[in-house]
Amino acid sequence: MDKFTTLTGIAAPLPLANVDTDKIIPARFLKTIKRSGLGQFAFYTLRFDEQGNERPDFVLNKEPYRKAEILIAHENFGCGSSREHAPWALLDFGIRCVIAPDFADIFHNNCFKNGILPVRLPRAICDQLIEDAKLGGNARITVDLERQVVVRPNGEEIRFEIDGFRKHLLLNGLDDIGQTLQHETAIGAHEARQKAERAWVPGLAVA
Amino acid sequence: MPETKPRTLFDKIWDSHVVERLPDGTCILYIDRHLVHEVTSPQAFEGLRMAGRKVRRPDATIAVADHNIPTVGRRDPAGIKEEDSRIQVQTLEANVAEFGVPYIPIMDKRQGIVHIIGPELGISLPGMTIVCGDSHTSTHGALGALAFGIGTSEVEHVLATQSLLQKPAKNMLIQVEGSLPFGTSAKDMVLAIIGRIGTAGGTGHVIEYAGEAVRALDMAGRMTVCNMSIEAGARAGLIAPDETTFAYVKGRPHAPKGEAFEQAVAYWRTLPSDPGASYDTRVVLNGADIAPMVTWGTSPEAVVPITGTVPDPANEPDAEKRAQLQRMVEYMALTPGQKMTDLPIDVVFIGSCTNGRIEDIRAAAEVMRGRKVAPGVQAMVVPGSGLVKEQAEQEGLHRILLEAGFEWRDPCCSMCLGMNPDKLTPGQRCASTSNRNFEGRQGPGGRTHLVSPAMAAAAAATGRLADVRELGR
Ligand code: SF4
Repeated sequence: MDKFTTLTGIAAPLPLANVDTDKIIPARFLKTIKRSGLGQFAFYTLRFDEQGNERPDFVLNKEPYRKAEILIAHENFGCGSSREHAPWALLDFGIRCVIAPDFADIFHNNCFKNGILPVRLPRAICDQLIEDAKLGGNARITVDLERQVVVRPNGEEIRFEIDGFRKHLLLNGLDDIGQTLQHETAIGAHEARQKAERAWVPGLAVA
Repeated sequence: MPETKPRTLFDKIWDSHVVERLPDGTCILYIDRHLVHEVTSPQAFEGLRMAGRKVRRPDATIAVADHNIPTVGRRDPAGIKEEDSRIQVQTLEANVAEFGVPYIPIMDKRQGIVHIIGPELGISLPGMTIVCGDSHTSTHGALGALAFGIGTSEVEHVLATQSLLQKPAKNMLIQVEGSLPFGTSAKDMVLAIIGRIGTAGGTGHVIEYAGEAVRALDMAGRMTVCNMSIEAGARAGLIAPDETTFAYVKGRPHAPKGEAFEQAVAYWRTLPSDPGASYDTRVVLNGADIAPMVTWGTSPEAVVPITGTVPDPANEPDAEKRAQLQRMVEYMALTPGQKMTDLPIDVVFIGSCTNGRIEDIRAAAEVMRGRKVAPGVQAMVVPGSGLVKEQAEQEGLHRILLEAGFEWRDPCCSMCLGMNPDKLTPGQRCASTSNRNFEGRQGPGGRTHLVSPAMAAAAAATGRLADVRELGR
């Protein structure tokens, strides 16, 4: 996983609430066995019409937002399915940070596992940032994870909160399986305890 | 230090699965059961392979293909026509062979939707932690298990470590008092709940459903309710295990047997929330107020009783919400004020992990007995598993449905998510027993109305959305 330290880039305004995972990537594009190459399907129905032509008025089809690295949206971003194809599609499109008032839980988790930073900020601030983002290429937004601030184009700094453990993993690009495996002895001890106390739990061999 | 504070069902399951608490409060949570399917696992196995890791507990893991396989002309994976679907299933088969994970092949009669077969085979048991790379894992909460959906990276994490990094959720209690009126079911109950609390109402919470009307539900109904917890934004749904649960579990293939079963029941009896346990949020509904429900929009919270009408966005004071409602009305091709029962439908889909159990098929067959599918309507039943299908055939339900004009297909997710060839075509209107009515969920441009199985059958018989209470018998 790539580290996330600080990012300065173009932010795309997406003032929509309840952007669900079917919107981020429809199910028919999940028939893949890879993580890569899904950017072409990101926001498919918003980006393309029935004939597969670009919808010119959708923000990610406009300059400079084709190169957006930050997305700013409204409430309940990423609701719906658990598909990690959603963050994979965003990442492959070039998005490294999503700012919204709140996120659906599983999507929020999935972002961290892929080096995407989800930033929760109050709705009023998201709306300010959306106005900033509308200014386009001259109005870059900076997201500094170490200092936990979003810097507006006018230099104003907005603090955000983030879970300490996840910040640590993201800043260092750490694989959390590796982290957990450092606690392997404790996992083994838990298993031994369960086996003793709940011997009635059977295994799952399929005959 | 002895635990004295009264605890909820969620607290108890959580506490008994914490392997270690890290300094910032994140916990390593042990996972008892891991269900794996073809769509969200290939990248996880690939990750293991690249890191040279093994599956820690193959005996706690089970795999099945369900999302993306044909519902007609089922053959071995090599016979799947769509190349990318075939590759996904074959990849799953290669992965389970390589990593030694138990697998139910697609031609086995135990094959079915993960969330149907987990409880059905006794793989999912009360008090367990259960995960799957699918958001509707919340279904298994009906047994009194903490069950939730995870992403593919977490699938890999569980395969490698049999645990997850998690922070405890907040507790929400939803009490449905009284009893459900004639013509309503668990599906109507959960749609009414989502209508009340909204699709983000449960965010950050695990919902425990309680109250007389919930207690009175059979296990199938409880699964329907817990299934849709995710549609209310919750991580998971839970119902305390009771005699109904124990009777359901007893004798299932993977459930404990004899002496072991008695020990298990003794333990399961300790799980229900203690009197005085505290919840972060409480909601109370009166069962008697619940009517047969139908969604009108493209969010499960856009729901009304079948006797209702399409709302008028102009009445919404908030400009942004008004725009959202307007968009839904347009996408669904509706007119404000239109009666729901005036909407003609093209397709009826009965199936999915929400309503693909034998009880659901019985409810649909009951309505269809002696009736015909209205002309011009395509109606299909996709049983949730091979065992459900077999049971229905033993009861002769398939004959009633086939004679009425329904298609009787092989088990899979099918038109719930429109990944296999079962899809709506643009503009088609569908009465569906599934759980999501998002734009394009059942096929690009498709229009979904979520309903109970009995209501779906009523729609099939009349060719429009219909009040099942008025069909009479
Ligand atoms: S039936 Fe639908 S909701 Fe259930 S697991 Fe399959 S796709 Fe997901």
